[in-house]
Order: sequence, then structure tokens, then C-alpha cells
Amino acid sequence: MIPIEVHGEAWTLKELFTYPNEYIYWTIQIVMYPFMTGLVAGAFVLSSLYHVFGIKQLKDMARFALVFSFALLPVAPLPLLFHLQQAQRNINVFMTPHFTSAIAAFGLVFATYGALVAYEIWFVYREHLVKTALSLRDKADKTMSENVRYFVNNFLTFGAYDISEEAIARDEKSVKLLASIGIPIACFLHGYAGFIFGSVKANALWMTPLMPVIFIMSAIVSGVALCMLTYIIVMELRKLLADRKKPSRFHVTPDDLKSAEINEIKLTSRYLLLFMIFAISLELLDLIFRGYTAVKSWDILRSVIYGKDFANIFILQYLIGNLLPFAMFLLPGLTIRRTVIGTLLVLFGVFMMRWNVVIGGQSFSLTFAGYMHYVLPVIPHNMETYKEGVFGALTVMATPYVLFWLLNKIFPVFIGETSH
Amino acid sequence: MITRRDLIKVSIAGAAVPLASAKIISAADTLFPERFEKQNIRWVFIVDTKKCVGCGMCVKACKDENEVPYDANITRTWVERYVLTKDGQVFADSPKGARDGFTGKKIDRGEKGFHDIKDEEIQKAFFVPKLCNQCESPPCVQVCPVGATYKTEDGVVLVDRKWCIGCGYCIMACPYGVRFFHPVHRVAEKCNFCYHRITKGMKTACVEACPFDARMIGNIKDPDDPVTKIIQNERIAVLKEEYGTNPQVYYLGMSKEVR
Repeated sequence: MIPIEVHGEAWTLKELFTYPNEYIYWTIQIVMYPFMTGLVAGAFVLSSLYHVFGIKQLKDMARFALVFSFALLPVAPLPLLFHLQQAQRNINVFMTPHFTSAIAAFGLVFATYGALVAYEIWFVYREHLVKTALSLRDKADKTMSENVRYFVNNFLTFGAYDISEEAIARDEKSVKLLASIGIPIACFLHGYAGFIFGSVKANALWMTPLMPVIFIMSAIVSGVALCMLTYIIVMELRKLLADRKKPSRFHVTPDDLKSAEINEIKLTSRYLLLFMIFAISLELLDLIFRGYTAVKSWDILRSVIYGKDFANIFILQYLIGNLLPFAMFLLPGLTIRRTVIGTLLVLFGVFMMRWNVVIGGQSFSLTFAGYMHYVLPVIPHNMETYKEGVFGALTVMATPYVLFWLLNKIFPVFIGETSH
Repeated sequence: MITRRDLIKVSIAGAAVPLASAKIISAADTLFPERFEKQNIRWVFIVDTKKCVGCGMCVKACKDENEVPYDANITRTWVERYVLTKDGQVFADSPKGARDGFTGKKIDRGEKGFHDIKDEEIQKAFFVPKLCNQCESPPCVQVCPVGATYKTEDGVVLVDRKWCIGCGYCIMACPYGVRFFHPVHRVAEKCNFCYHRITKGMKTACVEACPFDARMIGNIKDPDDPVTKIIQNERIAVLKEEYGTNPQVYYLGMSKEVR
């Protein structure tokens, strides 16, 4: 008889004394989940810096970050669906939420946040939607695509055509209010992802009240970094386009774009540095505290942190993912190229942090006398190894860009902007 | 002659006696009479490690009874072997959950291969059977996002296979590692004290299968139950008390090396 494969067996190597049922049950998709929600929360906080705290220089970045945050939003639950053994039953979380569970609130928190971001985008883009709809309405013999654009824009105005000065002022006030409510909700959305891990008392590495705060800080870091990176990519593309067809729609020259770009980037990088300091300090505090108090689990944790996972934690996460980009952003004369490398390293660092928490937390046995190694499936040989392997993760990672491209059709991120 | 006042007095006094003996029962109890009965039951388990020889009959019987695929590397109950050497080292293993018993002397260390310990180096060795602790405060029930795992009135934690979404949070939350994904049903799975048997007056499959009476199941709410008497009179221990789960599998002959 062919032995039936157990979930987790395909990628778990067990060493020394482990319980028979122990496997790495939470894999790459559970690394992706906090990574993606972190990006959502971070992008939103970045957009709020302009709307709430009135940091004027961040205007372009704010609108960009808001739309990008919305594009990332549906992707946050995607890794969870990939991970669930009975994904078709995901609706049960909404039908019978069991509120003693940290996961049960996911639907509520997520829906609230999604609605809030949608409202905010609507208020930010209402003027644009009305203008587009009205200009297309008056146009005779519309093409097919213009008809579609007219229909979508007209529908999205929801009949609110008033774009008088007072109405726009009211819109701006609403945006500010929504953004202010949004910051705690964004932090909650992600802090709560941290709580899912931090509250597992059976897991010696996860259980700490610092976990939600560490998650929020690293979330903002990753969100800001991704916004910077994507912003640069989009700006570079626009520069290329502006070069090719000189009299473009908004009459911007490549030089205009260049100066606007570096200004935004320099300012944003300062916020990135600030949040990086918070994130690293908290993570180090956690590590030092564990070593100092040295409770029962410390022996096995030490062997994981300083032994088996040393390269992952200290070299890939702290050195390459934190220290190196930190120095790159701190040095004077920041260039676009250096920023691109820096943000990529920061994103990598945050991803490694999630990895080291999720996978690292399962790399030692509940017996405290054995280890488990995770072998990430690369080439999928069945649905399970696709979903919980490299290609599953790449699917999740690519989706927000497709959504962003679609959203950008309706909510153009760069409208009527000029250089600063 | 009986006055109106007397009549009221007598009727109140007369009514008070039967009323005082009445017990308040909830609507749910009347709807589900078996639930009312279950309130007088709390299933508990005793493992006498000194009687266990590591034959694995319990593991085999459990897999058969509960349709846990025989060759799959997961099990609802298992037996651990602990070997302590004279130089103070502790070795432990549970190959295939000890389904086939401990047939050799070599310690299974997974990817590290087998470790041979010479007889003269051994200080002491013993076996410890494990199963779900049916905790009084079960963390697995706490963390289930959909309420698919729940504690019954008589103290056993069950899983609803039709409602579980397979997120694995309960597996993560259990400090004893008793939970796993059922390879066929693809939902969370665990020992349930053979609930289908014990509620019909039978013993669990593992208790029936153990040739040495190392396993016992009983009702701690029944003062005459032999299991209750052992728990009351003997020196007993539970596993991983520090997690605050209040486990209900009691161990006789426990040792500090047991994980």
C-alpha cells in the first residue's frame, strides 16, 4: 500500500526528538500574509502623512500610495486562501466568527478597512471623476473605449456632480477625517496580524506582547519602501514616454519629472529611516529580553537564533536587510539608483523578518529537544506544492501590480501634477 | 374553621417543599436530554507509565478504530521512549508514533540517523504514552476562528469535520502536538477519547488494546469510579502545566525528563 502523504511532510525534515504529528504547517503563504498586509498598512500610513499631517511635499506620493494600498488590499487575504486546507469554506469565518480567536476578526477588520480606503479614494478622485464624466458626456460620437470610460466614471460619481469650491472643500475635509480614522485601523489591521502570532502561547518564539508593535513598525517600513520603489519605476517609465512623444497630455518634460521624483524620494526616505529605527530597536529589545530572562525555552531558542538560523537572522535580515540600506539612505547625496537598491534591500529585510518569525517559530520542536527544517518547494509536482511553494508566493506577489494597473485606468495616479 | 389567611399560609408552606427540591433547568437541557446527563460526566484519563512496555498495541488499535490512515506519519496517540545514560544525557524517540512498538534499541533521531546506546551506558529507560489531554481550558478551542472545534459538556474536545476550514491555527496553539491534518478529510484531527465509544458505555480503543492496563478512562464526577479514586489517592502529574491549559490526562510514575 502506498503511504498517504501528510500535509507538511513534503517540505519538513525532522531532526532529533520531535512529536510524531509535528510538521511545518504554516509555510511560505503565511510568510506572505503578514508581508502583504504590512505593505497595505504601510502604504496607507504613507498616504496619510500628507492628508492628515499636511506634509505638502508628499502630495503626489500620497495619491499614489493610496491607490496602491487599495490595489494591495485584495491581495492580503489571497495567501490565506492559498493556505487553507478547505479554502471553499472561507466564508465560515464570516458566518460563524468565533471571537475568542484572533483570526475570527479578520473579516470584520479587513472589510472595515477596505470600505474606508474605498471611501477615501472616492473623495480624493470625485472631482476627477465628475470632470471626466462631464467632458465625455458632451462629446459627440464617442468611441467604444470612451463609452466604457464614460459609463464607469459616470457610475462612480454616484450622482454627486457638485464640484463647486465649497463641495471640493468638503471633500478634502472628509478625506482628512477618513485618513485620520484610517491610521489606527491600518495599524490595527496589521498589529492584529502580529497578535495572531504573538498570542500563541505554545510557541516560544512567537509569544511576546511586542509582536504586534514589531509587526506594525516593520509594516510601515515595508509599505513606505514599496511605495518609493514603485513610484520610481512609474516615474522612470513616464520619463521614457515623455521623451518619446514630446507634447504629451499634461505637457511635462523629463526634467520636470526628474526633479519632482528626487524631491519626493528624499523626503520619503527620511520617514523610512525613522520607522526603521523603531522597528530595529523593538526587534533587538525582544532578542535581548529573551536572552536576559532566559526562561525554559531559551536553550532551544538560542540554538535556533545563534545557530541554525544565524545566517537568515543576522546576515540576511539584520545586515543586508537593515544595516546596509540604513547606511545607504543616511549617506548624503541620495540618488535614484541608490534608492532603488536601498528599497529593494529594505523589502528583502522585512520579508526575511516575516520568514524568520513564521518559519523560525516552527523550526524547533514543542519537545524543545528537536528541530524541523523547512525545504521550500520550488518546482511544484502537485497543487499543494504549487500553492505553498515559490510559484504560489510569486502569484501573490504579482497580483497587486495587475490590480494597480487596472485601478490606475479609473483613478489615474498622476493627474494635473507639475514639478515642485 | 379555616380562615382565608390560614388557607394561604398552608398552601405557601405546602408549595415551598416541592419547589425547594426542584432544580432549575435551562431550555437547552429539556430540548437535549442527553446534554443534561452529560453535566454529571467529566471524562478523564490515567496513564500509568510504569506499566507501559512500548508494545504499540494502543497506537495500532487507535488507527484502526478511528480510521487514521495506517501508514501515514501522523497519529492520534503515540508512545515515547526515554533513555537516560549514565553521563546524564537524555535520548527520546517515537518512530512512527511507536505504531509497531519499539523493536530495536537504536534511538531514531530523524535526519540525524540512528543512535546506538550500549546497554552498560544506560542508567534508566521508560515509556510514556501520549494522547489528547482534553484540557479544561483548551487553547485549540480558543483559537479556532469558526468554532469548528469545541468542548462538549462532558469535557471532550471535538472537531466538526464539516465546518473546519483547515487553517491550522489549532495545531499551532496546542502545546502537546496532538493535532494534525487528516490526510483524507483534510481538516484538523485529534484524539477524542473515542467519543463514539465512551458515550455508549464502552472503553476507548487504546484502553481496550493495552495488555498491561497502562491506560484507564473514567468519569471524575463519579466518586466511585476507580479512576477518580486513583486521582484522589495517588501522587499524579500532568504534562506542561505551565501553559495553563489544565490538562485532564493524569500520569502515574512521571519523570522530569518527559517533554
